[in-house]
Amino acid sequence: MAGLARIDLTPAEIDRLAGELDVIVESVARVSEIATPDVPATSHPLPLTNVFRADVPVAPVDRDAVLAAAPASQDGKFLVPQILGEDA
Amino acid sequence: MSTLVDYDDAVARFDPVIGIEVHVELGTRTKMFDGAPAGFGEEPNTSVTPVSLGLPGSLPVVNGTAVEYAIRIGLALNCQIAETCRFARKNYFYPDVPKNFQTSQYDEPIAFDGHVDVELEDGSIFRVEIERAHMEEDAGKNTHVGGSTGRIHGAEYSLVDYNRAGIPLVEIVTRPITGAGARAPEVARAYVQTLRDLFRALGVSEARMERGNVRADVNVSLRNTPQDALGTRTETKNVNSFRSVERAVRFEIGRQAGVLDEGGSIVQETRHWHEDTGTTTSGRIKSDAEDYRYFPEPDLVPIAPDRAWVEEIRASLPELPAARRRRLQGEWGYADAEMRDVVNAGAVELIEATVAGGTSPAAARKWWMGELARTAKQQEVELEALPITPAQIAALQKLVDDGRINDKLARQVLEGVLAGEGDPEAVVVARGLEVVSDDGPLLEAIDAALAAQPDIAEKIRSGNLGPVGAIIGAVMKATRGQADAGRVRELLLERVAQG
Repeated sequence: MAGLARIDLTPAEIDRLAGELDVIVESVARVSEIATPDVPATSHPLPLTNVFRADVPVAPVDRDAVLAAAPASQDGKFLVPQILGEDA
Repeated sequence: MSTLVDYDDAVARFDPVIGIEVHVELGTRTKMFDGAPAGFGEEPNTSVTPVSLGLPGSLPVVNGTAVEYAIRIGLALNCQIAETCRFARKNYFYPDVPKNFQTSQYDEPIAFDGHVDVELEDGSIFRVEIERAHMEEDAGKNTHVGGSTGRIHGAEYSLVDYNRAGIPLVEIVTRPITGAGARAPEVARAYVQTLRDLFRALGVSEARMERGNVRADVNVSLRNTPQDALGTRTETKNVNSFRSVERAVRFEIGRQAGVLDEGGSIVQETRHWHEDTGTTTSGRIKSDAEDYRYFPEPDLVPIAPDRAWVEEIRASLPELPAARRRRLQGEWGYADAEMRDVVNAGAVELIEATVAGGTSPAAARKWWMGELARTAKQQEVELEALPITPAQIAALQKLVDDGRINDKLARQVLEGVLAGEGDPEAVVVARGLEVVSDDGPLLEAIDAALAAQPDIAEKIRSGNLGPVGAIIGAVMKATRGQADAGRVRELLLERVAQG
């Protein structure tokens, strides 16, 4: 799971998180016991639909400020390490 | 590497099945989930907001116009519009997706179960079934730096521009297209072209292929006979011109036939299209990395298009391209074959705009299907990608109609416009191409031509008008084509009558 999420964990952290995840998985399993097939799945807790925004532009953020917060930049773009190291 | 099987041989022995995913960038003023301007060609990272940069704490809100456009597309493709649908997160790690997920639709697309009729080059109709059309957002743009080719392999680092990240997209997915046989490449091309025309007619996108407004991924598989189950498919990504769509399908059919002939099996994988060589090469193999862990987007509420709204949109749909083509053909008086050529060349809009600029339909067709089609073919670009506008063609034809230039000069003016020398008028002035309308120089040239060819001059004087063409030709040559041949003839006959 850490691999899929690209999170680097130490063995000690994996041990601790595995225990915590067990608790989460067990809790979800208990909810599943109550949620019989006649209970529709809920993907959203709010009784709302169709929350739309008008197609009107807002002012973009200042590029220099944004790039200043990035680890590295060049030519007005974000500089990121080589891509595809792992699945080229 | 297996050998490529000759195309005719491949389709004689295998039944190709294709599937096409088309992404279209919607022409809304703002992005899908926030008010960042959705422009083209701005300075890098100047059309970004916290949402399109995926900054912590920022929350998306759906662009209502984008939803309307998606419904327009769905209706035009004869789809059902979902009573309710939702967005989902497609999780993957790539720097052009700043949130580490793309907001898309997964199990509940806004439109599904449709079809579109595609007209092939011989005028026959092929129906393509549409599985779904869903809304999502575009990714940013990576530039790979370092390495020898500028491509992703061998790059040392990448630069990312998020202007495009978050631009609304609609992705249209076909069902497997069977029964096309040897015409599969042509069907693929015609399908993408039909969609492009549809997007424009609907006013939902400028749909310019060369700008990447419309992008196609083509899936190809082979099976021994139409009765067999579908073979393993490959997906060739980002095939971004009509011609390339046709070529990519064709290439994959030949390549896969080669692999199968040698007893190999097709690997389900993503392939990259190479425009320069007309080939595809292996990209990612579909594996664990393809586990997108889709789940419903918790930051957005479901979309439940009101039926009255859907019907209102349906009623407002414009005349669709197929009907429009029939109407225009009637108005322009083109023969069936002529109209088909115009459609296949992607010249309908260009001619329509040229005619709107005051040019006769016949003259408009002559330019776009003649000189310009030849130029586009030479340069291997789409007609509309040529650096000339319908308004410029209309202006050029007006110069001809006004007698200021003749057809021959007009071709030189056209050349100048294509070379970036400005509008036709400016090219005429800069190159000094105007027809010589002053009789003085023409009379001098006529006298010189008569003097140079005394035998012919004598024949004409004695009433034999057969050889006047020779004199007119000589005058045209002397004036470097800048004379009005009709006027030269008139002057010549007057001259001869004077003795």
